[in-house]
Amino acid sequence: MNFDFTDDQEAIKRTAHDFLAARYRSETIRALAQDERGFTEPQWHELVQLGWPGMIVPEPHDGLGLGAVELVVIAEEMGYALAPSPLHSNTCAALLLIAAGTEDQRRRWLEPLARGELRGTLAVWDEQAGWAPDRSEAEPTGRALTATKIAVPDAASADFLIVAGADGRHYLLETRDPSVQIVAESPLDPTRKLFTVHLAAAPVEPLADRPERVAQAYATIVTALAAENVGVAQRAMEMAVEYAKDRKQFDRPIGAYQAVSHRCAQMLLEVESARSLSYWAAWALDHEPDSALRAASMAKAYAGDAGFRVTASSLQVHGGIGFTWEHDLHFFLKRATANAHAFGDSRWHRDRVADLTGV
Amino acid sequence: MDLTLSPDEEAFRDELRAWLRDNHPGREPAGDEAGFEFRRHWQRKLNQAGWAGVSWPTEYGGRGATLIEQAIFNEETVRARTPQTANVLGLAMGGPTVIAHGTEEQRRRYLPPILSAEEIWCQGFSEPESGSDLASLKTRATRHGDEFVVTGQKVWTTFAHHAKWCMLVARTDPDAPKHKGLTYFLMDMEQEAVQIRPLRQITGEAEFNELFIEEARIPRENIVGGEGNGWAVAITTLMHERSTLAFGLQVAVKIALDQLIEQSQHTRANDGQFASQDPLVRQRLAQLLIESEVMRLNAYRGLSAIMRSGVPGPEGSLGKWHWAEVNQSLTELAMDVAGPRAMTVESEWTYRFLRARANSIEGGTTEILKNIVAERVLGLPRMR
Repeated sequence: MNFDFTDDQEAIKRTAHDFLAARYRSETIRALAQDERGFTEPQWHELVQLGWPGMIVPEPHDGLGLGAVELVVIAEEMGYALAPSPLHSNTCAALLLIAAGTEDQRRRWLEPLARGELRGTLAVWDEQAGWAPDRSEAEPTGRALTATKIAVPDAASADFLIVAGADGRHYLLETRDPSVQIVAESPLDPTRKLFTVHLAAAPVEPLADRPERVAQAYATIVTALAAENVGVAQRAMEMAVEYAKDRKQFDRPIGAYQAVSHRCAQMLLEVESARSLSYWAAWALDHEPDSALRAASMAKAYAGDAGFRVTASSLQVHGGIGFTWEHDLHFFLKRATANAHAFGDSRWHRDRVADLTGV
Repeated sequence: MDLTLSPDEEAFRDELRAWLRDNHPGREPAGDEAGFEFRRHWQRKLNQAGWAGVSWPTEYGGRGATLIEQAIFNEETVRARTPQTANVLGLAMGGPTVIAHGTEEQRRRYLPPILSAEEIWCQGFSEPESGSDLASLKTRATRHGDEFVVTGQKVWTTFAHHAKWCMLVARTDPDAPKHKGLTYFLMDMEQEAVQIRPLRQITGEAEFNELFIEEARIPRENIVGGEGNGWAVAITTLMHERSTLAFGLQVAVKIALDQLIEQSQHTRANDGQFASQDPLVRQRLAQLLIESEVMRLNAYRGLSAIMRSGVPGPEGSLGKWHWAEVNQSLTELAMDVAGPRAMTVESEWTYRFLRARANSIEGGTTEILKNIVAERVLGLPRMR
C-alpha cells in the first residue's frame, strides 16, 4: 500500500509543471481567451513533441502507452496552469477510439491523432438534452446522421468528431464535410472553446458496440476532469493563501482572522480529498477495473463540487479585486464550474455511486 | 503508486484475520466493571499473541510492524467488531509518547504493563479554564527535593477510575512564557490526593471524569521529555491521538453507513416508498459513501507521507476534523431516516446522534484543528 508516484511519474509531473508554467503565463492565457480557437499551432506542436496527444494511446498505435495515473498527473498540471488547449478534447476522442474503434478506424484515426497529425473531439449532448450525459436520441439513417450537438469542445479546430448516439453507440465523422456546420458558442469558460454542431445527413461510420469498454472510457474522461479540477482548485487555494498573507486590513494581515484562515483550511481539506479520490480512480482504472466506475464517479462528484467551492471561496478571500476581470481568479472559477457540469454533474454522479453501491 | 496490499501486508492481514476468527471473545457484558474486566482480558489475549503493540519496537514487547500494518490492524479489528482494548489511551497515545520522548529506563518500566493492560493510562490535559487554550493551564507542580507537589483540577479524563498512570501536563515555571513553563509528568493515580468525580454527559452516561488534585506527589524521574519541555511532549501525544486513531474511526464510519443504508432500504418514507428511494436521502447517502472513501484514502496517503518523513505531521488534524463532520452528518441523516422514531431514545441512532455532537470537540475542537492547519500547513499568520 503506497500512494507515492513512481520516479517516472514524478518526472512527468515535474516536466509538465515547469513546461506549462513557462509557456502559459497570465498574458498568454488572456490572449488565448480572446482567440477564436483558443490555442496556436506552435503551442499545439509543442505538446505533440512531448507526446501528450498520444500519451494513453497504446504503443502499437504510435502512442506512449501510458496509463490513467499518468493522464491524471498531466491533467492536474494542465488545470493548475489553466493552459488553454485542445488536449483534453483529443484525449476524449482517443479514449473512445481505443475503447470501441475497429482496427481499421484505429489505423486511420487513432494513429494520426497520437502522432499529432489529426485532431479529434467528442460530441455528447443533444440540443434538447437533459442532465444525463449518457442519453442521446441521435440515430443515423443508414450512414447519414441528422442531429444537433451542443457544448462540443474544440470542434472548430478538430479534423474529426466522435458523436454519442442512441443506445450508447458512437459515430465518427469528418468536420470538413459540407453537411457539418460548426457555430461558436459563448463559453462560460473562455479558456475552453465550445461549439454547436449541426449535422444535416452527415456521412458517419459507426464505432463498434462495446458498452463496457465505452463505460471505462467515459470513466477515464471524468477522472481526468476531476484531476483538472484538483489542479484548478490547488492554484486558487494558493492564490487565496498568498493574498491572505499580504493583504492588510485593520492593521493586520487578513489571514490572521479566523473567518479567513478557516476558509483557507477548508480549501485544503477539499483539495486534498479531491486529489486522493482522483488518484485512486486513476489507479483503479489501470489496476482494478471492477471498482473503477464507482471510483471515477466519486472523484467527479467530489471534485466538481470542490472545484467550484474552492475557487468561489478564494474569490471571497480576495474581496473586491477578485471580482474584477483584471484579476485572473475568475478564469479558475469558470473552468472549475464548467468542468463540474461536463460529463455529468455532481448530482448525477452521486446517483451513480448510489446505484453502483446497491443503495 | 500501488493501492493494493503488498504480499507481506496481505500475509499480515490474513494471519490477523485467522487469529481474530479463532479468538474473538464475543459480546461485551453489560455494566462498567464487567465490561472493563472483559476488555482487560481481551487485551491480555492480544498481547500474548503479539498483537497489542503492533508498530512498537520488539525490544519493548511490540511486534515491530510497519505503520501500514498497524493501520491494517486497526481496520481489521473494527471490521471484526472485536471489543475495545482496556488501555486505549496507553496504547494509542501514552506508549508512543514514551517511545518518542522517554528515557531508556522509562521505556523499560512503562511500556510492558501498557501492553499487558496491567497498568491503565488516562490523560490529564484539559482544565475547566483551559480547553482549546491548553497552554494556559494552571495546575501547578512545585519541586520539593526529589519530588514535585501538584495541585490543580483536570477535566474530561476518560478511564480515570481504572487508571494507574495519568499523562499530566502541569506548570512548573509560572514566570516563563505560557508554552515554556510546562512539564509532562506521569502521575500515579493511586494516591489520596487525587479525587475522581464522574461527569454525566448529554447521552446520560459518564464516560469522562473530573480530577481534583490536592498536593499529589510525583517523583522527579516521572518527568517525560525534560522539565519545561511539556508542550512539545503534549503535542506528540495529541498528534498520535489524531493520526493513529483515524484508521479505526474510518472503518467504524463505514460500518455505520452500511447499517444506515440497510435501514433506509427497510424504512417506509412517503407513499409506500422506502427511505433509500427518496432522491434527497439517496444523494446524502452517496455523499457519505464518497466522504467515507475520502477518509480512508486521506489516511493512507498521510501514512505514505509519514513513512517517508518519519513523523506524523499537522496534516493529521485534517483527518480528525473531517471524521467529526462525516460522523455528525451520518447520524443526522440517520435521524431523518428514522422519521417519527427519532423523537424517542429507543433507537441506537438517537444515542449515536447525541454522542456525535462531541466529535467536533473531543481531541481538539474543529476550530483549533482549523487553526493548526491554517498556521502550520498553509503558513498563514498566527491569530495572536
